[in-house]
Amino acid sequence: MKGISRRKFLAATVLGSAATVLTSTDKALGLNNFEGYPEGMGVLVDLTRCVGCRSCEAACNKEQGLPAPDLPFDDPSVFDETFHHGSQKRRTDENAYTVVNRYDPDDGGQPVYRKIQCNHCNEPACLTSCFVNAYTKTREGAVIYDSTVCVGCRTCMVACPFRIPAYSYSSALHPQIRKCIFCYDTRLRYGDPPACVETCPQEVLTFGHRRNLIKIAHERIRRHPAKYIDYVYGEEEVGGTGWMYLSSVPFEQVGFDTTLQKEPILNNAREFLATVPMVLAIWPALFMGFHILSAQKHRDGDDNDPGRDQEGDEK
Amino acid sequence: MKNLMDTGYEPIDSLDKTSDGKAWSLLDKLLLGLTPQRYLRQALRNPFNWVFGVILVVGLPLIAYRYLFGLGAVTHSSNDYPWGLFLSFGLFVMVPLSASGFMMGTAVELLGRHDFKPILRLALLNGLMGYFFAVVYLLVDLGQPWRLPYPMFVAWGTAAVLFLVGWHVAIYLTVQVMEISEPFFEWANLPIGGLLIKRMTIGLTVAGIILSTLHQGALGALFTYAPGKVHPLWYSESYLWIFYFVSSIFAGLSMVIVVSTIVKNLMAWRCGSEFLDNLDRITISLAKGASMALITYFVIKLIGIAHDNEWAYLATGWGKWYLFEMLAGVVIPLVLFSVGIRRNMVGLIRFTALLTVLGIVLNRLNTALITFNWNLYQEIPHVFEAIIAITLFTTYIVTYRFILYRLPILYSWKFRSAESYEKAKQMEWVPGRETAPSTVYREAVKVPLED
Repeated sequence: MKGISRRKFLAATVLGSAATVLTSTDKALGLNNFEGYPEGMGVLVDLTRCVGCRSCEAACNKEQGLPAPDLPFDDPSVFDETFHHGSQKRRTDENAYTVVNRYDPDDGGQPVYRKIQCNHCNEPACLTSCFVNAYTKTREGAVIYDSTVCVGCRTCMVACPFRIPAYSYSSALHPQIRKCIFCYDTRLRYGDPPACVETCPQEVLTFGHRRNLIKIAHERIRRHPAKYIDYVYGEEEVGGTGWMYLSSVPFEQVGFDTTLQKEPILNNAREFLATVPMVLAIWPALFMGFHILSAQKHRDGDDNDPGRDQEGDEK
Repeated sequence: MKNLMDTGYEPIDSLDKTSDGKAWSLLDKLLLGLTPQRYLRQALRNPFNWVFGVILVVGLPLIAYRYLFGLGAVTHSSNDYPWGLFLSFGLFVMVPLSASGFMMGTAVELLGRHDFKPILRLALLNGLMGYFFAVVYLLVDLGQPWRLPYPMFVAWGTAAVLFLVGWHVAIYLTVQVMEISEPFFEWANLPIGGLLIKRMTIGLTVAGIILSTLHQGALGALFTYAPGKVHPLWYSESYLWIFYFVSSIFAGLSMVIVVSTIVKNLMAWRCGSEFLDNLDRITISLAKGASMALITYFVIKLIGIAHDNEWAYLATGWGKWYLFEMLAGVVIPLVLFSVGIRRNMVGLIRFTALLTVLGIVLNRLNTALITFNWNLYQEIPHVFEAIIAITLFTTYIVTYRFILYRLPILYSWKFRSAESYEKAKQMEWVPGRETAPSTVYREAVKVPLED
């Protein structure tokens, strides 16, 4: 058995270290740059004011140039639509970036309407899970998407805790992620509120700096403690979201996932990502060490020793 | 093939056609030394080819249909289940089953377990095939597959786990191609390539372990992006990547046992004596390795449940499903492997390996598809999606077989002339060169075969 030469060993070590340094720099850049912009804009959605007129849906459709839906926007029968054996209500898709659904609370009170769209997280899971950096969290608070680099792996859809991004599966040549972008291109970047906010006749939607909206939300709760559940959904969920909700009925009764973690989704993968440079650094030496040890052993005795019966796998 | 062998046909197992040193032509080698007519005739006689043929005739047009009309034409276009069968089977199942390459490379090249040598090349090829076809599945599943090199050259999402998977799989594929290129160079009679690779063996093997540890784990870590979507029993923030890595060990080893069993029974004509003679012994050794990994896996899975305090879930419907997976895929294989090893029951071990492989298939499908969105609704893949997945798997088998038929994976060269033997020895091609200490090898190459 030929032993490993010093040169080879050194070469492997240097290679390993180089890889480690390169990788750890990458990771550091990726992780540290990404804190979100708490100064960004957001929208406060007050479910107690929504009457389900769906004019926000219509405004969004028009602003984003989406195809006309099968049923007109003033047709309330869509609220009765269910999918997957009645278990699911309408959701965002490639032709609808925002959707209003009706919920009947457990106490039998008035129906509650809830608008869903991208919540524009402070630390978006879609962004951090994307391996081509197709997403950007803009200074203004919008989470926008660059379709020119998207490969179509759809990890962002898996990662989004609110199940918002949709994919244009119907396109063969240029399928892409479709989701609310806070009207960034046409409005937000110029300081204007998104189309849905502007059009809402009930003042359900309040546009403003996220940090002010949190104050407004708590102020409303303080003034009307009987009306509101004492909770601002989105203030803390997955690291905080740009869009936040107030409700008069428990959030889980109107379709919200109240089990979401408070930390950004990225934190779950941090432990593993931190292990990566360690493996890159330690494994070469460790396994070269095993190799040298086993080579030595063979040199000492008959390498065909039948008594040697260790396992062939390494753990 | 069997019939052919009965008529006195011998498959190509030497580099020169005759004892005067005349080499086989490429066509000879591709057709296994048969005339085109005879080759075609034996291919048509093989019932498997008919089964494969039917699958391909149905499936290949469907794949074309997918590229012409988009993913929506062959899947349910689910926005809730972005990853369907192509990824949950093609990527998450194929990759652990292909861990054999780095496992056996480490055992033989680094730890000096030369007794595994007769199966090393099969294990390496099994690794390469699985990874390569994982990428093929990916190319069908990606929205814009022609952009697959983007994470390498166009845009870097360095904080993403998938970025790591992409890079590692790409590099590891290269490493595996290099590792397995030795038999190819031998087959193509390009000695210099083989020599080059041989010099890099140790480096390649170490690179293989590093890359495998990380991307096998990374596939698990990918699901930490979806807490709440993956059922808590299959989810573990801290340990999911370790579960995936450890389970890939017994998955890869069991897959080698399964493949070698198939090969031994259906392709015996292609197997060299050192492969066939040692296979039972090696199978038992592999089973020992697999059981070590299985018991480790079982313990850390228990720790995982304890760590997140998920005992209560075991009493639910999903809990029973989880217990079934653990019982059928881990506990029963563990018991059967032990019995098989203790009593030298190679047949039982082979059956158990199959069970273990199916257990891993179930585990990965459970995480990625079956229990995914457990509190939403159950997605049943589109029938076209299933057909395409089966078609791709068929092309995997056909390609795998094509290579096994030809390259010296299961057999080693015989030498019809002393001259070619000398040449081969010079190039360190002779199996049983100085790095192969087992007596089997010493015996296998005692003398060049004289015609």
